[in-house]
Amino acid sequence: MANLLELRNVHTFIGQFHILEGVNVSVQHGQITVLLGRNGAGKTTTLKSIMGITPPKTGEILFEGSPIHGKTSFAVARLGIGYVPEHRAIFKQLSVRENLEIAARERGDLDRSLDFIFDLFPDLKRLYHLPGGNLSGGQQQMLAIARALVPNNRLLLIDEPSEGLAPVLIEQVMEAIKRLSSEKTVLLVEQNFRVASKLADSYVIIDEGQSVASGSMADLSKDQALINKYLGVA
Amino acid sequence: MRTILGLLRLFFSFGKWLYSTSAFTLVVALLLIVVGVALYASQGNMATFSITILSGLLRAMLLFLVAAGLSIIFGLMDILNFAQGAYFMLGAYVAYDFQHSNMGVLRMGDSIPDPNLRFVVGVLLAIIVGLVLGFVLERVLLRPLYERPLFQLVLTFGVSIVMLEFIKGVWGTTPNSWTAKLALQDAQFELFGQPFSMYRLFIILAGFIMIFAVALLLRRTRIGIIIRAGVEDDEMVNALGINVRAVFTLVFALGCMLASLGGAVAAPFLGATPSMGATFLLAAIAVIVLGGLGSYEGTAIASFIVGLAWATMEQFSLFTNIGTVLSSTTPMLLLAFILLLRPNGLFGEAR
Repeated sequence: MANLLELRNVHTFIGQFHILEGVNVSVQHGQITVLLGRNGAGKTTTLKSIMGITPPKTGEILFEGSPIHGKTSFAVARLGIGYVPEHRAIFKQLSVRENLEIAARERGDLDRSLDFIFDLFPDLKRLYHLPGGNLSGGQQQMLAIARALVPNNRLLLIDEPSEGLAPVLIEQVMEAIKRLSSEKTVLLVEQNFRVASKLADSYVIIDEGQSVASGSMADLSKDQALINKYLGVA
Repeated sequence: MRTILGLLRLFFSFGKWLYSTSAFTLVVALLLIVVGVALYASQGNMATFSITILSGLLRAMLLFLVAAGLSIIFGLMDILNFAQGAYFMLGAYVAYDFQHSNMGVLRMGDSIPDPNLRFVVGVLLAIIVGLVLGFVLERVLLRPLYERPLFQLVLTFGVSIVMLEFIKGVWGTTPNSWTAKLALQDAQFELFGQPFSMYRLFIILAGFIMIFAVALLLRRTRIGIIIRAGVEDDEMVNALGINVRAVFTLVFALGCMLASLGGAVAAPFLGATPSMGATFLLAAIAVIVLGGLGSYEGTAIASFIVGLAWATMEQFSLFTNIGTVLSSTTPMLLLAFILLLRPNGLFGEAR
């Protein structure tokens, strides 16, 4: 079967800065693929390039075989791609319910997905009518992921879900991602190699704006030299 | 002069307390101060006092109609729409022109003999003109400039000048006063022995209805949720699959429409004058900054404070013989005082 998402030699500029200098990523159906790499390597920009937030200058991005580069970000999202940005970008003034409601693309999206969401994140049920800004960091992260689950997305782009969370919350969020991956394909950005290695099926390492290595997670875990070279002391 | 200094001292002696208190207490305190000064300025004459309060409420409603659009447009798109005052003025001219068959360009007034029905149609016409021109301004002129906010600011300022000159060219530079009386204007009610036109009451009621209608739109509808989310982070709203640019256009057109509506309903007692746009724009900017940029509740409440303070100072200047300079500068003075104490306005959050 063809890959769900395919990036071919993507180059992205932010202003005058050449951030991505040739990124190739393949995301297979039903898998969790993780983007690894140091701070500033271009992982977040890769996700933003897919979403059309920072559109690539050259290169191809194919979703289900058809090109999506050059599309505006709302058009990309409507194809069935859910984006969970870093820093838990939920709407703080909106209630939890409204945060989920706004993500619905068709009538009935919310009703259909709500059971699954509450099953995954029981906390959100209790907090349903509170403003998003009142939630703790971990709860906001859960809400940000839940928001991407409301419409019938086939691919989720999740950026650093463990960032700034206590270890017990990281476990909880990762467990949820593991569970939802039975229904959705996931492309994850994760700094924490230990967390990523438990979760992901395959990996792509990005270094200085280029994808330098990729393969199955099981292979990477054995390759200490590669880990040391690109992922530092971790 | 001593009275003013006394008032200033009174205000600053509360300064420390105002700085630390909640927005709600501050609003109550400000309203009490304004009503207190209004009582003082009317020298205990309840008829005069009721005139001051009623014209304050009236002005508050008109201010709200200009400021609401200004505030929501600024919150969502980061555009300070300087043309908002021109839309207010255009609404007044359209309604005025349609009402008076002996004047202006349309000369269509005779097609509807009943002046009341004619007024309703005139207001609808003003609403449509505001909506269409708002749509055109955003879609054609502002849309290419979202990457350059400063250019947008200059552009809306330029558009407001063009609209003003257009109005002067079409309708002349002399102020037009409303002569075709409406039934609601002739009908009167009494307060403390002072007769008032029912039309004022109607505008105040209509203003309250608009405040709640816009609040309902923002709180209860999907488009309202999208607008509030867009105020926080429009890029994220876009990434959820919502065409934010289309929402921008809609909100901008609706904001201009509210201003035109305000101008149209103001015309029967303010007439149509080339200076009304600038006057209300300036006061409306004071309102949105005072209320806290991007806060709808703040805008609604600040409209009341500024409107009442404005009318109070008009009354005050009548009886102290210091001329009208105090009344026309009141919105800005009030704004300066509040910003000294609360840099983000009453309900604003740090940006």
